[in-house]
Amino acid sequence: MYSFIKKYTETMQDINFYPIFSLLVFVAFFVGVLWYVKVMDKEEVDAIKNLPLEQ
Amino acid sequence: MQVESFQYDNKTVRNFAIATIIWGVVGMTVGLWIALQLVFPTVLNLQPYFNFGRLRPLHTNAVIFAFVGNGIFMGVYYSLQRLLKTRMFNDTLSKIHFWGWQLIIVAAAITLPLGITTSKEYAELEWPIDIAITIIWVIFGFNMFATIIKRRERHLYVAVWFYIATFVTVAVLHLVNSFELPISLFKSYSWYAGVQDALVQWWYGHNAVAFFLTTPYLGLMYYFMPKAANRPVFSYKLSIIHFWALIFLYIWAGPHHLLYTALPNWAQSIGIVFSFMLIFPSWGGMINGLLTLRGAWDSVREDVILKFMVVAVTAYGMSTFEGPMLSLKSINAVAHFTDWIIAHVHIGGLGWNGMLTFGILYWLIPRIYKTELYSKKLANIHFWLATLGILFYAIPMYWAAFQQASMWKQFTESGQLKYQFLETVTYMRPFYAMRSLGGVLYLSGAIIAMVNIFKTIGQGTLVANEDAQAPALEKTYTKHTGEHWHRWIERRPTPFLILSLVVILIGGIVEIVPTFLIKSNIPTIASVKPYTPLELQGRDIYVREGCYTCHSQMIRPFRSETERYGEYSKAGEFVYDHPFQWGSKRTGPDLAREGAGNLKKSNAWHFNHMDEPSALSTGSVMPSYSFLIDHELDTATTPLKINAMITLGVPYEKGYAQIANQDLMAQAKILTADLKKDGIEVAPSKEIIALIAYLQRLGTDISKK
Repeated sequence: MYSFIKKYTETMQDINFYPIFSLLVFVAFFVGVLWYVKVMDKEEVDAIKNLPLEQ
Repeated sequence: MQVESFQYDNKTVRNFAIATIIWGVVGMTVGLWIALQLVFPTVLNLQPYFNFGRLRPLHTNAVIFAFVGNGIFMGVYYSLQRLLKTRMFNDTLSKIHFWGWQLIIVAAAITLPLGITTSKEYAELEWPIDIAITIIWVIFGFNMFATIIKRRERHLYVAVWFYIATFVTVAVLHLVNSFELPISLFKSYSWYAGVQDALVQWWYGHNAVAFFLTTPYLGLMYYFMPKAANRPVFSYKLSIIHFWALIFLYIWAGPHHLLYTALPNWAQSIGIVFSFMLIFPSWGGMINGLLTLRGAWDSVREDVILKFMVVAVTAYGMSTFEGPMLSLKSINAVAHFTDWIIAHVHIGGLGWNGMLTFGILYWLIPRIYKTELYSKKLANIHFWLATLGILFYAIPMYWAAFQQASMWKQFTESGQLKYQFLETVTYMRPFYAMRSLGGVLYLSGAIIAMVNIFKTIGQGTLVANEDAQAPALEKTYTKHTGEHWHRWIERRPTPFLILSLVVILIGGIVEIVPTFLIKSNIPTIASVKPYTPLELQGRDIYVREGCYTCHSQMIRPFRSETERYGEYSKAGEFVYDHPFQWGSKRTGPDLAREGAGNLKKSNAWHFNHMDEPSALSTGSVMPSYSFLIDHELDTATTPLKINAMITLGVPYEKGYAQIANQDLMAQAKILTADLKKDGIEVAPSKEIIALIAYLQRLGTDISKK
């Protein structure tokens, strides 16, 4: 398995794909987090927010 | 619903609190000492154990892992129990964690001055201590996780997320970076070499800042700031974005420590882009912290604890603005290797970590001792000493670093370098003195805090087991209508841990794996050959003495550097360097081509320079290494070292280990004969000979025919 990956990556041509790939992964992830935050239930957020203040 | 009674463990919290303040004072004292060594080098460098190169790692390790480390555990053990409404899972595990961590610190404090080091910054401790760290860290993680499992609060507050991410990421970083091949109890070689070693090291180094100095402290901020201000965090939604964006981005940022080096360009680009983007979640977090005080700013004037916290969060904002700026290539070209970086890390260390730790201590100690703080006045004095201390520390360093960088880069009209390196060193000394004054102020504040805390402890009684009550957790959870999947994961710590792990691994894998696998990333250079046995031994002395703390071995492709140091460094030159020695700071000049071109000096020069640096370089701040002239080289280790190198893939011939010492002695004799011509009588078996051989080898490979 390892030798297969090694063989493939050693001959891989366009290394510049890596930075672009990483940026795309992040943007997708970040959009996901934003979307999630937007649809969060307000009451529940308020409850969690006050957890440190409970005695 | 049935209300259950239980008790919080305050004893462990107290133990970590005392440890953080004592180790804090120790770590800062060592810091002040090494700062003063640069002002009074001949008086304060006590060779061999207390030379700058051995003490600097002691300072960084003490402050990071002893001061901040114990601070993390203090805050985590206090807040985790209360956020989850349960006692820590197991008192014995808490105890093992506490004492194990202190033993590791003591081991570090003994081994580092002895020169037992891997030379990888903030990971200098040798392999047996690395194993101990792994065991204790796993015990901490298990104890924390088991506590999360038996909690009485369904939801995990964002502080707990930060603790989980800290645990999992530090575990990964420590394991990957500590991959080393032991040759004895106190000596090992990094599994990686050259560029790969540098990339792994700074992936680790940067994320030690991220996941040891930042994420756990953000967790503490999100718990203790609302506590101290008695109001909830400004925006919980923002804290969620802060968390995920931060842990995702941080892990990629390491290569910004290696801009303009021999690291492949694509990896540098990833580092820059992700470092720059880090400003957004970091500032989101800072604003969230500061706005938590909305409507409470009046109390900031009165409440010394809030003052500490405001300065801490402001310092977090400053250093997380500066960090992304420093990772832009044009700014990095100026700032890298200068004292700017030292100023930058101290804004983070003294400001963010230090001030938050003290704020939490002043809040927490009176509560677990059921008393008032011994003296608010002393705490206020501490606040002003610390704040002024930070300014006195940072401003001279920024000022001097600008000047230092500019002096390195200036040319005369006729195209010659305008300044000798030594001139930039002597220019820095008054600024080093002013910086030390900042250190004195900050340390005085810390000592006052220690007295204040101990007096508070003296007048109260520890509530070792604090009574608490909470309803039991429902066995079955009834979903709200329209509930989202993330609610599901927030209730389940195990998938949460796995998701955090996946998020941080993506960055690590994309960044590191190609450098290991793709041949074109590190072009081989035919003339680069393994070190001779004598040079290898000399290199280990270079590592032992921490020469990398002041000297880089990495010439960047700028005219100002190639004129001064020779041809810029190539990735292929370092393929046999286990570990790499690129360094991160130039208190002294770069040594990558010390043995080649215009920089080459005679063996006698090196001998006399090691004996008394200031005799040859007037105004030098380098310590004397005259003990190397008396110390016998331990040649019994040569076969072990050669065999270890063969295991790591260095192409010595089979069976060379058995005859290596003959070559070693032959080369040493040639060197001593040369020294004799200059009137220096020294036996070939001394350590100084090996070190000179190594220095004379540096940078010569690519000029060989």
